[in-house]
Amino acid sequence: MDKVTTKGKGKRKAKSLNEDEKEIDTGPSLLTHINTSDAESEASGDSEEEKSDSEESSSEEEGDTEEDDSDETDSDDDDDGDAGYDSDNVEKAQSSADPDTRLPSENGKDEYEYDSSDEEDVRNTIGNIPVNWYDEYDHIGYDVEGNKLIKPKQADALDEFLAKVDDPNYWRTVKNKSTGQKVLLSEEDLKQIQRIQSSTHPGGSDDLYAPEITKRYRMHIPAPKEPLPGHAESYNPPEEYLFDEEEEAKWDGQEPEERRMDFKPEKFGSYRSVPKYEKFINDRFHRLLDLYMASRQRKMKMNVNPEDLIPKRPEKKDLQPYPTREGMIYKDHKDMVRTISPDPSGQWLASEKKDLQPYPTREGMIYKDHKDMVRTISPDPSGQWLASGSDDATVKVWEIATGRCMKTIPMAGKVTCVVWNPNPAINLIAASVGSDVVLINPNVGDKLLSSNTDSMLDGYTEAANTSDQKSPVTWSTANTEEHTRGVRLKIEHQQQEIVNFTWHAKGDYFATVQKGSKGQAVLIHQLSRRQTQAPFSKPKGLVQRVIFHPVHPYFFVATQQHIRIYNLVKQELHKKLQANCKYISSIDIHPGGDNLIIGSYDSRLCWFDLDLSTKPYQTLKYHKKALRQVAYHKHYPLFASASDDGSIIVSHGKVFTDQLLNPLIVTVKILRGHKTANHLSVLDCKFHPTQPWVFSSGADGTIRLFV
Amino acid sequence: MGGTKKKKFERGSATAFVSRNKALKKLQLSLGDFRALCIFKGIYPVEPLHKKKVNKGSTAVKTFYNLKDIQFLAHDNLITKFREKKHYLRRLKKAVAKKNTYAESIIRDNKPVYSLKHVMKERYPTFTDALRDLDDCLNLCFVFATFPHSQRIKVDLVQLCRRRTVEFQHYVIAAKALRKVFVSIKGIYYQADIKGETITWVVSHKRGYEHPQDVDYKIMETFAEYNSVLLGHINIKLYSDSHLVYPPQLNEYVSHDPAKCLEGDIVDEHLASLAPHIRTTGEHPDEVEDDPEVDAMNAVNVDDPEYIERSKVEAAAVHRLQNLFKGCKFFLNREVPREELTFVIRCCGGEASWDRSLGVGATYSDSDDSITHHIIDRPTVSNQRLDRTYIQPQWVFDSINARMLLPPQEYFPGIPCPPHLSPFVEEKEGEYVPEEKVKFLKRMKGEMEEEEEESDGEDDEEAEESEDEDNEEAVQQVGQKRKRNTSEAAEEPEKKTVKMAVSEGSIEKVDKQKALARQQAEERRLGEMMIPKKHKRLYHKIMTSRKKSSQETMKLKEKKEKLKAAQKKSKKKKEKV
Repeated sequence: MDKVTTKGKGKRKAKSLNEDEKEIDTGPSLLTHINTSDAESEASGDSEEEKSDSEESSSEEEGDTEEDDSDETDSDDDDDGDAGYDSDNVEKAQSSADPDTRLPSENGKDEYEYDSSDEEDVRNTIGNIPVNWYDEYDHIGYDVEGNKLIKPKQADALDEFLAKVDDPNYWRTVKNKSTGQKVLLSEEDLKQIQRIQSSTHPGGSDDLYAPEITKRYRMHIPAPKEPLPGHAESYNPPEEYLFDEEEEAKWDGQEPEERRMDFKPEKFGSYRSVPKYEKFINDRFHRLLDLYMASRQRKMKMNVNPEDLIPKRPEKKDLQPYPTREGMIYKDHKDMVRTISPDPSGQWLASEKKDLQPYPTREGMIYKDHKDMVRTISPDPSGQWLASGSDDATVKVWEIATGRCMKTIPMAGKVTCVVWNPNPAINLIAASVGSDVVLINPNVGDKLLSSNTDSMLDGYTEAANTSDQKSPVTWSTANTEEHTRGVRLKIEHQQQEIVNFTWHAKGDYFATVQKGSKGQAVLIHQLSRRQTQAPFSKPKGLVQRVIFHPVHPYFFVATQQHIRIYNLVKQELHKKLQANCKYISSIDIHPGGDNLIIGSYDSRLCWFDLDLSTKPYQTLKYHKKALRQVAYHKHYPLFASASDDGSIIVSHGKVFTDQLLNPLIVTVKILRGHKTANHLSVLDCKFHPTQPWVFSSGADGTIRLFV
Repeated sequence: MGGTKKKKFERGSATAFVSRNKALKKLQLSLGDFRALCIFKGIYPVEPLHKKKVNKGSTAVKTFYNLKDIQFLAHDNLITKFREKKHYLRRLKKAVAKKNTYAESIIRDNKPVYSLKHVMKERYPTFTDALRDLDDCLNLCFVFATFPHSQRIKVDLVQLCRRRTVEFQHYVIAAKALRKVFVSIKGIYYQADIKGETITWVVSHKRGYEHPQDVDYKIMETFAEYNSVLLGHINIKLYSDSHLVYPPQLNEYVSHDPAKCLEGDIVDEHLASLAPHIRTTGEHPDEVEDDPEVDAMNAVNVDDPEYIERSKVEAAAVHRLQNLFKGCKFFLNREVPREELTFVIRCCGGEASWDRSLGVGATYSDSDDSITHHIIDRPTVSNQRLDRTYIQPQWVFDSINARMLLPPQEYFPGIPCPPHLSPFVEEKEGEYVPEEKVKFLKRMKGEMEEEEEESDGEDDEEAEESEDEDNEEAVQQVGQKRKRNTSEAAEEPEKKTVKMAVSEGSIEKVDKQKALARQQAEERRLGEMMIPKKHKRLYHKIMTSRKKSSQETMKLKEKKEKLKAAQKKSKKKKEKV
């Protein structure tokens, strides 16, 4: 017990309230305790203030102290098992406040000095019945266990008299009828009584004439005040406020509601010459109408600093490298360039063209900054090459570093897709022309590589066609004339134009999408076996794009509004993503394989985190017009989007290996350069495989390299 | 198994509002009476949050009142009075039609009257609440006070409004509560500080207004009726608080010719001239003037030293304003509007008088030697006296707004005054500040001397500038010559055959600052792209409003520069001539 009290002393300030309560619990049990508490009672004289503090203190503090207290009461319970009421009651008592009902006094006034208003007397268990029903009994009500609650000892006349003489607080002790207890009135109570006696406000408000604040009054929305006049309204304003001819014409032409101000500023030489204001009475009348006829509504007026709305950007240095300026323009095509594709070693880019005539080499090098640019962008002296394809029905191979057109391969029609084989050991370009896919050996760069590719293609021996199914395509080798041009293989589809072509990462499989074909829109071809299969018997919608997962055997099929991911091994639907846009125009997958971006015709770019959700992790609507292409960089955390508004926006999209971190997406650069022709501007964009450079092809017939 | 089926629109917001037609039906009032009731009781329509829900699924345009408001109206005694009035009119009409003069006189004698006292109590539990509504009240009362007598408006009401406004003006004079004045093309704006509330009202120029056709005079009258009662109540309270006798009485006895007019009329006229002092109750005669420092000490935020300092400065400035014209005696020439100027001059502790022939209230004549300022609004002054300053009326207004006596040189008769600026405008950052305001602010700071120096400097600058211009012109001429040369040169080689040549290149100049600015702009644009959709609208709203204001600023600046250039040109021309 001693231990407890000393502890109590130590923490006096924080929990005087609860400590005291406990003492009351255990009150009757130990005399020693009373003695020790006497010493405390002295201290508690100055704890009056504390008391009031703790009364006001928040329930949080109470909660804290309660916990402390319960620990201590546990230790006490051994000593005094049959306390007046159990610890549950204590907690209850603390939870509600009733200053009027106080505990009975076993040991006189002391209790009340410790007592706090935060407790409720729970001894009155008799409910709302007249107390005099218990007059004949020595108990008043029962506790939870059915034991009688004994009444406090009733003082007889002698005791009363003695108390009157001895007790200085006798005059302010009253009896609580419902419990039969004596209650000591606090200073506050006394003041309140005095105020009631003097017929003033019981709450002690200073203003005797304080109005009654009704709910109606509180809900009243005062009419907004009229705006105060500015300098322009002066009879002698500074001259710059007067209308010039243009403004005056505008003011005259506008309807009265549209006008910026309802008067024409005028300047008068003297106060005497100011005429009457014609609409003065009308203005006043309209104000009156506003006062009684206009509906009022409370509106939140936000005081926002617009700078705070812009999300914090990481330091620019942290995001670099990314393309920042135009490094080179490859301008040789006469018609719009549809697709481009850099070769995996970073040296090649294939291009196509219609007319057979060779281009004058100078044309590719007209550019003013040509020499400078080459120097800055080409770390590899062995030659850098680019490639592109165009509506003018040619495939072209360029040297990246010099911007020189190295090869022009004429095609049968408009070239819709040109894709380098991603396998660095094969030198092969796939181009789709109309309903055909043409595989081309561009014959540039390493001779060995080219010859290896040729021998690989020649080494094919036709296996016996075991299946009876009719192949949806016909594979054919090129004739000699075509062979000299570089064409090696032709895969003819059935009548339908090919809209999309994609290689598998290993370079053996590739997939094509045909326009509008019902069952066999998507075909997967195998180069080594020259086989074709249609993976889907039934179309799920108009297929826009397909793409292979870079690592796993997954196949992404983007229809107009959904992306379906198929497991090619299990041959089942793995996941279906909702794009929330109309309609998907392009798709690219992050080299890590867990993230996906799509571009849409409603100028949105959606980033999907495949681990996170089937809905976009982030939707960026920063282009003004439809997106044509989106692309990831193979190594750098970059992605780019090309749009009809003529811009290529390069963004930093960092994917963390830590699964808990969401991708960080920051736009870093807006690149412009392509001219708009026929509402088309940039049609394709691709990243350099090793450098942080982006190539773009446009409707103006140029290819540009941004470095 | 399932209780009663919940019906739509039987709970929630659908029941909390009523449309106006429903309200009329419920109260059994005509639209006119309902209007009057709403005006008196201060009930206004509200805009429900979910209009469609409230409108029971329909999207038709309707005005809605709170149901509670309508219920509140239903309990008012005024409704009964309105009904009584309706009956009264019906009976009167009948009697008139029957030419029953006896009945008519009886009916007229029993005309129902209503009082708006209880409404005042309800709407304005505290005096401050009433003061908050004073702006509109004053505006309307001043309009009515100036209305010509006609059949449209009851003469009694016009006279009542006139009396109330005069009473109010006398209070403002006695309390020296006026803070700002602004003469606009619409009227004169006054701003007063009454019991801590800032009250602004506008009074039209006294120019003989006609009654416009497209105004509902019934509504205006109802408002005026209410506002005259409100202003009366406010006046009583204000008078009693500042120990003035209400209704205002003249300090001195005014002699009058009983044959020509009644005594009451002549007193009213004297009061309306605003020149004489009004009688106080004599309880605390000159205690009204309080110590600014004590005021500051009593301020609410005593903890904040900055606040105290500011309020001290403000209190001192107000004190200065209240005694701005102390000791000044003004004489108003006959073309100067008397009432307005007397009001503002007396609010700042001055005295004003005019020619006795113009109107009552003149206390001293033109020949008085103690006159310090003579306000004149004509270009020329006849028989000028040396012992007084002749100034234009604008000097008074500008001095009050500046809270100091401005140098009168700029306001001498016949000279175009400097622009009169609005004292209500506080330019925010990025907004256009007129040149005059910049000067004025400097003056307020007491940087007069520096400014003078600067003006000297400016002159020098101007001289330099003019030199520069000369130079520029010379340069331009040279440039033109050069252009001519180059054009000639350009023409020449065309004729010749083009030769292969290597021309000397020039070093490309890179403007670093521009590049930096461009880069920052781009970064900002990139940042804008990344604003989440949630905030995008808000951001663009803020930016468009900013853009608009900056455009306005630019426009004003442009115009100012043009004006300056034009002025310089005209100056030069003059010099040359």
